[in-house]
Amino acid sequence: MATIKIRAKAKDGITTVKSLVSHPMETGLRKNKKGEKIPAHHVTEVNAVYNGNTVMTANWGPAISKNPYLSFKFKGGSTGESVKISWVDNKGKSDSLEAIIK
Amino acid sequence: MMIKTIVSAALAALIALPVAGNAGSPQEDLKAFQEYFMDRFPDTPFMDFQNGVYSIDAASRAQWEDIEEFAPYELNISNGETLFNTPFANGKTYASCFKNGGIGIRQNYPYFDTKTGEVKTLELEINECRKANKEKPLKWKTGAIADISAYMAYTSRGKKLNIIIPDDPRALAAYNRGKRHFYAKRGQMNMACADCHFFYAGNKVRADLLSPGLGQLTHFPVYRSKWGSMGTAHRRYAGCNKQVRAKPFKAQSAEYRALEYFHTYMSNGLEANGPGARK
Repeated sequence: MATIKIRAKAKDGITTVKSLVSHPMETGLRKNKKGEKIPAHHVTEVNAVYNGNTVMTANWGPAISKNPYLSFKFKGGSTGESVKISWVDNKGKSDSLEAIIK
Repeated sequence: MMIKTIVSAALAALIALPVAGNAGSPQEDLKAFQEYFMDRFPDTPFMDFQNGVYSIDAASRAQWEDIEEFAPYELNISNGETLFNTPFANGKTYASCFKNGGIGIRQNYPYFDTKTGEVKTLELEINECRKANKEKPLKWKTGAIADISAYMAYTSRGKKLNIIIPDDPRALAAYNRGKRHFYAKRGQMNMACADCHFFYAGNKVRADLLSPGLGQLTHFPVYRSKWGSMGTAHRRYAGCNKQVRAKPFKAQSAEYRALEYFHTYMSNGLEANGPGARK
């Protein structure tokens, strides 16, 4: 299931990437109705790759909210090229998506 | 009995609001309601009221426009679209229950169903559709039903709200019930919807700006940052009732459906722009 949405725009040699990741981002401290802690389930690393190079790495922890919105810029990129965003979470799950820069 | 006379006189006086000073017909109420806000916020063009509180405050509007560039509800619209198009066990889809296959119809809800004598909201009909197709009903306030409603609302963006009050005493009774709810004081704090959203619209309660009643329901269902999720109008109604320490009514109860009927009618002429993103 696609958990990532990306919008990437290039302007004057700089590409702005905005993305929305669908993820519960459980901190591990919340308790359910029975009083038991809900196990931590959150993204630990996000990578953005352009032209074979990693242009951004983010190390996330339990402080990031549910369904996080991420926005960053990198030098380079032009219309028609692609940028790929991928994430890995603490349960070993992962997902990635490649998007065309507009 | 003396007491009964006093109570019914008081109720009659209550129904005679709003301040335009007449026991208004819906059309007269609508005109008075919308004119009140146009006078109160003269710098806001009429159509801009569909942006709710962001039509009356530049600073929060700038933040909201930033969020709208890539809004949190996009995930809900995608999920809603998938749910809307997924067939039931019997092979049929939601499209079979709605006019125009459910696309671009949000601006007509709620409506008064003369056959059953009930106010029909979009969420009510979503679950009626499920029931008719032998599926379990969805929870009313959030989750799948809100996502489906969000998708359907999204297909109506730009269409003007067109709530109809037919010439039927039952429809008028529902409208008046909703109107009474809006203007009646309730709860430990003894406040009416109108107190915050009519008389004190534009003022602050601590750090929050009170939104005008005009344009309030155009953008429902709504993604609230406070909830971290999508919610229906009745979810918000319950929250508002709780905030004044009043016992909330059940979602899709006759009371909230009547309120939603009156409340949406007051925004007739504005464009549907759901789902919305709010604090």
